[in-house]
Amino acid sequence: MNPFIAVVRRDVSLALRRKNEVMTSVFFFVVVAALFPLGIGPEMNTLRLIGPGVLWVGALLASMLSLGRMFAGDHDDGTLEQMVLSSASLPSLVGAKILAHWLLSGLPLVVLSPVLALQFDLNLQAIEVLMATLLLGTPLLSLIGAVGAALTLGVRGADVLLSLLVLPLYVPALVFGAGAVQAQTAGLGASAHLSILAAMLLMAAVFSPWACASALRIALE
Amino acid sequence: MTPHSNVLFRFAAPQAFYGLAGRLWPWVAALATVFGVWGLWTGMFVAPIDFQQGQAYRIIFVHVPASWMSMIIYLAMAFWAVLGLTFNTRLSGMMNRALAPTGAMFAFLSLWTGALWGKPMWGAWWVWDARLTSELILFFLYLGFMGLTASIDDPRRSDKAGGLLALVGAINVPIIYFSVRWWNTLHQGASVTVTQGSSMAQTMLWAMLLMALSFWLYAIAIALYRIRTLILEREKHTQWVNAELRPEGAS
Amino acid sequence: MLSVNDLSCHRGERRLFSGVGFQLKAGTCLYLEGDNGVGKTSLLRQVSGLLPVSVGQISWCGKPIADNEFFRKQLIYLGHNLAMKDDLSAMENLQIDAAIAGQAVDPDKVLSALKSLGLKGREHLPIRVLSQGQKRRAALARLLTRQASLWILDEPVVALDVPAQAAVGRVLKAHLEKGGMVLFTSHQPLPMAIPSASITSYRLQG
Repeated sequence: MNPFIAVVRRDVSLALRRKNEVMTSVFFFVVVAALFPLGIGPEMNTLRLIGPGVLWVGALLASMLSLGRMFAGDHDDGTLEQMVLSSASLPSLVGAKILAHWLLSGLPLVVLSPVLALQFDLNLQAIEVLMATLLLGTPLLSLIGAVGAALTLGVRGADVLLSLLVLPLYVPALVFGAGAVQAQTAGLGASAHLSILAAMLLMAAVFSPWACASALRIALE
Repeated sequence: MTPHSNVLFRFAAPQAFYGLAGRLWPWVAALATVFGVWGLWTGMFVAPIDFQQGQAYRIIFVHVPASWMSMIIYLAMAFWAVLGLTFNTRLSGMMNRALAPTGAMFAFLSLWTGALWGKPMWGAWWVWDARLTSELILFFLYLGFMGLTASIDDPRRSDKAGGLLALVGAINVPIIYFSVRWWNTLHQGASVTVTQGSSMAQTMLWAMLLMALSFWLYAIAIALYRIRTLILEREKHTQWVNAELRPEGAS
Repeated sequence: MLSVNDLSCHRGERRLFSGVGFQLKAGTCLYLEGDNGVGKTSLLRQVSGLLPVSVGQISWCGKPIADNEFFRKQLIYLGHNLAMKDDLSAMENLQIDAAIAGQAVDPDKVLSALKSLGLKGREHLPIRVLSQGQKRRAALARLLTRQASLWILDEPVVALDVPAQAAVGRVLKAHLEKGGMVLFTSHQPLPMAIPSASITSYRLQG
């Protein structure tokens, strides 16, 4: 079994034994999607307008909530050190952890999004675009968030600090993700947005594991 | 090693830099004041009234240079971060900690003056103008840097983590700016600009350049001043610092 | 084959030690002694590559250890924490540990490793239900399930009773006989099984 797969399997099976990581993200996403109509009013035209934005912000915050746990557990019990010392490349092991994080906190959101989108009366094409943007966007959020999680590892007040560090970096994903759905509903087509999201995902997939590996080595000093 | 790089690396030692900074900063501060007064006088009294916005527009002589500075300082921080992460010098991390509060201050000043300008123009204290929104995000990037470096106790780790964060932020700043502009034009938001036909009056440009120069020199002066304190803190276990801090006249 | 030269270590603003140098050849064991707080753990972490080195050189087979994949392949480092996941069993932990190190390990080999450290019958229980001593023995089992010539152990026998310490001693002895190297610290008396001819002591002064 190669190191990358071993780490993904390990993280996923550990989380599934406890289940709270998956549940937290999903629950938060559902709650946010339910709270906005309650706070704004049931007028369907308004909800259709704010739907893409609300769902994207919900997914973003849900993904952000679970970031703190990405490296903290391994750091506490010493398995992170073993990964740093392993002869396998650290960026690839970090990439494995990020992939596991996405499978547990990002992918469920993609799967759940059509159901929640119905609460905002989005039409079928809009829902398709929404799912596509979340499919591209949630891994992007995991990749960006991982750098923040690595930088704040073991630091006082890490949770709040992590949010502060990561939110500015999340803005492009949010703008193009929600913007794609809005462009679709306005009849303009979302292909430009989706291409940009895909490009950002590609760049992040290349740079983020490397940046995380540097940050983790710094954190272990 | 060339003689030139020898000089550079000599001043990379905190003790040498401490002396250099001490000699330089009063002169830089004096120059900053001169340019600042000149720039403000030109902006407030010499530049003509804008035909659309009247006297209120004069706030751009603070707003625009402050925006420029907030971005330039961030670039400077990224530069020192690269230096620090590559050569492992102690001074780079201290330079970033010295620069960050000033950068944050300029970002805040830009936001505040932007709001003050927006109110008479658009009737609202905040319009989601692309540049102002990008400035807000830049402000958060500064706060993030200051928060991270403040929370890590070990100075070397704090420097390195801060440097990496500054670098990651710097790479993202163009992406963030581009996405915010896209978002703004898509939604046809308001724009806070000075429209003077196709070009700005010469004196207006001149005043802004003077203010920018003044702010830049101010940032250098205060960074040099601040870094002296940081050097004393970091190197307080060394002999030369103990000698420096001993009161005059004591043996 | 491991060579340390003129090493010093700073933590924050404190200087822990300086001018440290020693060599470790095949089949030898170096026992690092010193008072609490003098920097033994930091030294071990520097030699394994976790802590950066600004003054001094550490080399493995003539090459510096920094960014040296060949060195990391030959190394097992065991610090104070166990490097095991609480929710997984000893069996699962050791298999994953080997996989992350890029080595394949036969399940039978894992079972026999755990048996030789007295954990027969407990291989499939989650680590969190084991006692301190059992956890430590499970963590030490990786010395048997992974192939590595250099073992860097920070207080390996803490929380172990006498029979368990003897078992660990036998493991170390077998490793040295095969030409392996051990660098370790311990507050307990040394496992008696190791022949005194192969152990050198190095005292770390502040």
